[in-house]
Amino acid sequence: MDIGIQLIASFIAAAGFGIIFNAPRQLLIACGFVGMLGWIVYYTLAANGMDVLPATVLGAMVVAAFSHFFSRFKKSPIIIFNVSGIIPLVPGGIAYDAMRNFVVGNYLIGIELSSKVMMLASGIAIGLIFTEVLHTIVKKMMPTRHRQA
Amino acid sequence: MVELVKFNHSIASICLLAGKLMLENGAETNRVEDTMNRIAQSFGLQHAQSYATPTVIHFSSELENVSVFIRIDQRTNDLHKIDEVNRISRAIASGELSRFEALQVLQELEKQKLTFPYWLQTIAAALVSGAFAIMFGGAWSDFLPAFLAGGIGYVGMLGFLHLVEMRFIADFFASVFIGVSALIFVHHGFGTHLDKVIIGAVMPLVPGLHITNAVRELMAGHLVSGLSKGAEAVLTAFAIGAGVAIAFAFV
Repeated sequence: MDIGIQLIASFIAAAGFGIIFNAPRQLLIACGFVGMLGWIVYYTLAANGMDVLPATVLGAMVVAAFSHFFSRFKKSPIIIFNVSGIIPLVPGGIAYDAMRNFVVGNYLIGIELSSKVMMLASGIAIGLIFTEVLHTIVKKMMPTRHRQA
Repeated sequence: MVELVKFNHSIASICLLAGKLMLENGAETNRVEDTMNRIAQSFGLQHAQSYATPTVIHFSSELENVSVFIRIDQRTNDLHKIDEVNRISRAIASGELSRFEALQVLQELEKQKLTFPYWLQTIAAALVSGAFAIMFGGAWSDFLPAFLAGGIGYVGMLGFLHLVEMRFIADFFASVFIGVSALIFVHHGFGTHLDKVIIGAVMPLVPGLHITNAVRELMAGHLVSGLSKGAEAVLTAFAIGAGVAIAFAFV
């Protein structure tokens, strides 16, 4: 039940950001789907006791993998899918919380939260890049089967 | 010689226009450079160089030729236009478009307005806010207040952006609105967790994506654009945090 709610909520969040970022309308469903998969991987891993950081990296890897799939399948640039797809994972809420703590004078909490934001943002970036690297390696190993995207 | 220079210049203007359209609409700098180089290559310029940062693009058609540059004033997120530029650049690469056609198509694309209507964007932002309030562990009773506060905040952001054309100010006042409306809602028993309502409602505004993209650019070796995008993101986060804090201070 809980998982079902999370699935629906993350789908709405990713597809809604697709609308805010003006993704082409025929791709909105795919955007929501990518975001949902990334979030659900993160959510189940974190709920089962994994640390937030590795869970985020794995979630971002899933997002990047499915973005690659959809970008090949729909012949559109990958940025459309991974921008909307990583939205549920990005540490926007924590970034806001950190800044609010700075503004009201809780500098130590602010620093702690900002470091967390940096770690999570780097984790997402590493997850995305890692999938891209894997993709490049696979492409180089099988040069004849894959044409340039 | 004059002919050759003219020839290179029209290719340069195609590349610059394509790069400008992509950068203004939120593409990463390495994607912009890559697309410009590909277009240049398909027109036969083998040693074209391009260099993009969030505020400027340089392009030089040969190693020892004059370089031209274009200033980027505003940056939004419009994935549809990036998609269209990508399609045009593919058509150029496969030889379907001549130089003149390509320039024409790009100029038409520049004039087009492909964004979703504002009411739809607002509803999307409101839904995103409600969904995030649930995802961050809020109760169902927090969905509707976050939905409304997020919608109010997004409308406020659009309105102030229209008035002052400064994203920082617009984000600041939008989050003042969010803070005030969330406080009023929760004070009257409409919604249970104040912090979940506010975090959900500010999600359409916060620069989580920009922070992530900044780190990605840094890791890819685009140091200048990574740092400047990071600075932009920190400033936005500051505007939002300050806005909500002011709402707390006065209510």
